[in-house]
Amino acid sequence: MGGTLVHLFSDGTLLDATAVSLRRVLAGYFISLAIGVPLGILLARQQWAEDTLGSLVAGFQSLPSICWLPLALLWFGLNDRAILFVVVMGSLVSITTSVRDGVMNLPPTYVRAARTMGTRGLRMYTEVLLPASLPAILTGAKLGWSYAWRALMSGELLFVSLGLGHLLMMGRDLADMSQVLSVMIVIIALGLLTDSIIFGSLERHLRRTWGLGTA
Amino acid sequence: MSKLTVEHLSKRYPGGLLALDDVSIEVREGEFLMLVGPSGCGKSTLLNIIAGLEKADEGQVLVNGVPIKGPGPDRSLVFQDGALFPWLSVRQNVEFGLRQAGVAKSERLDRARRVLGRVGLRQFENHAIHELSGGMRQRVALARSLVLEPGIILMDEPFSALDALTREDLYLEMQDLWRDQATTVVFVTHNVREAVTLGDRVILMSARPGRVQEVFDVEIIRPRQIDDVDVARMAQRISTSMKEGPSAAHETAQKTSLLRTPRLRLGDLS
Repeated sequence: MGGTLVHLFSDGTLLDATAVSLRRVLAGYFISLAIGVPLGILLARQQWAEDTLGSLVAGFQSLPSICWLPLALLWFGLNDRAILFVVVMGSLVSITTSVRDGVMNLPPTYVRAARTMGTRGLRMYTEVLLPASLPAILTGAKLGWSYAWRALMSGELLFVSLGLGHLLMMGRDLADMSQVLSVMIVIIALGLLTDSIIFGSLERHLRRTWGLGTA
Repeated sequence: MSKLTVEHLSKRYPGGLLALDDVSIEVREGEFLMLVGPSGCGKSTLLNIIAGLEKADEGQVLVNGVPIKGPGPDRSLVFQDGALFPWLSVRQNVEFGLRQAGVAKSERLDRARRVLGRVGLRQFENHAIHELSGGMRQRVALARSLVLEPGIILMDEPFSALDALTREDLYLEMQDLWRDQATTVVFVTHNVREAVTLGDRVILMSARPGRVQEVFDVEIIRPRQIDDVDVARMAQRISTSMKEGPSAAHETAQKTSLLRTPRLRLGDLS
């Protein structure tokens, strides 16, 4: 199996597939962040938003991301936009919900103190609410990442070509166990990498500033 | 003209009960005023209304003769838990209000450092908030308000969560600061000894409904310490009054005298 791994690596198949998958998941993930974080803050702070969009978000939460795939394929066809849509829908809700809950649980004294110091309007969001909810945003980001990745894999496994999921499926079609295992190892490795390097360092940085987890 | 005037303020709880009932107070420029009373007397509510964080149902609050419109740095509030921002360093916390006011970076730095120096925390300017003790945090909270050079500083039981020794240190520090500072202060506490130690004047409020029960002038020489005999004696007078509760005659006498009688102080005679 080690042989297959090296072989797949050297002829570029693995690298290409990884690049494709990463490209898709990163694009979808960052779109989810860009929409989900402000949306979560909005839902937490503005009652009208919670009243209108809140139940929609709650509804979507119970829909497994893979269920978006048929709709996406019908709308966008068998291409990258469909997979992007599925990734976004998969992670958007978890990010939004985590951020919203985090902001709702903020001590009210932060906002009150900021008001007495002359903070108003948009600045309350950018200079108080956003930094104050960073721990919650990070939690949401981690969750969103795993949902995004899951959505991507299910999409690639079922319908979409190229990427690691497809490679995995190909291994099955070819009855090539070592290919299947090799791809799985790569996926696991990617996960561990992002967890320890990216999320890990962000968490450590937050812990240093905020003092979370210290007695 | 007084610095701060509270005129016939009333506020109801959601159920309809009166949190504050026709409260009127005048605070002079540079005065250190204490609001004391049992739980439920509305002293914190009153402070929040003065700060602009809550609205009264009746009456108004005037600063320099002008009705207030909402919260602002001219009436800076020091909270019981400090309400410091954990994502900012000590110095950045102190600078926060200055940033909101659009003060230039170099000036911000300068002013923040000076105030931190006055509360004795200059060398902690780059520390994270969680690295500070409770007493240090409250000093940062105080610095954060002082740096804005507000006309009035409001303090809501800022030392209640601290241990007795830290509090005693802070009492002396505050009296020191105020010797050169002379900002008008309205300080809420349930600790009568603390009120007498720090205040120029103590307003005792009664609960259910919240009303001004009695006003005491504290003319004990400074600096005062919590275990001074004079402080203890006066504190006992106030505590007794608090326990006895309001009496009708007493109340009306106080209410009418509050707005009319000019307060003569030792300084006025020279």
